[in-house]
Amino acid sequence: MKTDANDSLIGITNLSKYFGPFQALKNVSLTVSEGERVVICGPSGSGKSTLIRCINRLEKHEEGRIVVDGTELTETRESLDKIRANVGMVFQQFNLFPHLTVLDNLTLGPKRVFGLSDQEARDRALGYLERVRIADQADKFPRQLSGGQQQRVAIARSLCMEPRILLFDEPTSALDPEMINEVLDVMTELAGSGMTMICVTHEMGFARRVADKMVFMDQGEIVEVADPETFFTAPKSTRCQDFLQKILSH
Amino acid sequence: MKRFLTLTPLAFLLSGCSGNWGWYVVDPTTTSGYNNLVFLMGGAWNTILMSLTAILISVFVGLLIALPGLSEKRSLRSINRVYVEVVRAVPILVLILWVYYGLPQVTGITLNVFWAGVLALALSDSAFQAEIFRAGIQSIDRGQYEAAHSVSLNYRDTMRYVILPQAIRRILPALGNQLVYMLKMSSLVSVIGMQELTRRANELVVTEYRPLEIYTILVLEYLVLILIVSSGVRWLERKMQAQERN
Repeated sequence: MKTDANDSLIGITNLSKYFGPFQALKNVSLTVSEGERVVICGPSGSGKSTLIRCINRLEKHEEGRIVVDGTELTETRESLDKIRANVGMVFQQFNLFPHLTVLDNLTLGPKRVFGLSDQEARDRALGYLERVRIADQADKFPRQLSGGQQQRVAIARSLCMEPRILLFDEPTSALDPEMINEVLDVMTELAGSGMTMICVTHEMGFARRVADKMVFMDQGEIVEVADPETFFTAPKSTRCQDFLQKILSH
Repeated sequence: MKRFLTLTPLAFLLSGCSGNWGWYVVDPTTTSGYNNLVFLMGGAWNTILMSLTAILISVFVGLLIALPGLSEKRSLRSINRVYVEVVRAVPILVLILWVYYGLPQVTGITLNVFWAGVLALALSDSAFQAEIFRAGIQSIDRGQYEAAHSVSLNYRDTMRYVILPQAIRRILPALGNQLVYMLKMSSLVSVIGMQELTRRANELVVTEYRPLEIYTILVLEYLVLILIVSSGVRWLERKMQAQERN
């Protein structure tokens, strides 16, 4: 298990997380290697979001270890800073800074954290806005954009920090149906560029297209890990079969 | 300005029972009346200066006191609680007397009336500011902290660039309220001899024996000051909202 964790970019070993008496994660282990695209699915309350939120310390785990690029996630400032720098996150509710323009949303991190000059940060930001095809909205405020546009800005904001791993926490769940695809397209393109991604999503079409590894969680446990082909055609556990039947039949 | 000065007392003259009024004490067309008016309004500058200085200090101190109140650590939170509860419990007038007459005996530092007044006003107001800031900061969505965390901002930058700019927009009406309150409370500093609006009026009443007219002018002075402040605050609110929308 230990060598496994060292070879991979992310190594999660026997992770447990409690919210009071409720155990949200039960002995979860997962490895993700460089460039791998992992899609995590499962019913709500199964611990998917909690798991990825533990990876960048939005939640503290009580037991087990998380190792990112050789650094174990601990209480120390050093460890936390190093891991945060490697890991970006895209949220369900976008969480853009509403008082800042799109451009300022993107340049704040690079300027404050890397000490980039205004011009450097601006160039970098415009580059990523171009990549998510929204550069023409740079001077607008978040509330002037549609949900799909906001989420693409949020993705660009994460990219501006040039992380090695991007976490997606149900990035399309808060979107109107007609806007889901523009976000998935950006994510698909990102996957094609070799970014290591862990996505919590119910978009099974996207998962099938993009994932290297499917993870099914239920009641705080990882029930099944498989490549997408096996996962969708021949799931082993009954819990996973039930879930897929429900989600794919509608 | 001169027209305004003539018209306001005139309005009172016309509407009031003419027998009881003695507007001559503040009649700008006579030399003594004009001098009295100038004397009364001469206190405005000190009222404004004292209130503004005090509110600047109290906003700053209030923010410093609010931050530990938001901590996860109990010990830090209790610093906030103790400060707010103790300071809030002291009446402003009592605090002014205590700072001016009592504090020099403890510290050996004698403050002049201006700074004693400012200190007492600021101290008293800071407890309320702390509560206003705490509520404002707490009203900001947790997702904002999480987004700041995910772009690696440290605590200071998160507060400075993400949380406070949003919180201050939300608490602006409350801050405006406090400034109005401060302008009014500054009248209490007259008891230690500060030459502000109220003190001037008191002094003139002693020599002229026309409290009704002189205190009416005093009421109008505060009214005008506060109307100016509240329209200024409203303008600022509108400007900030517009900035976010366009």
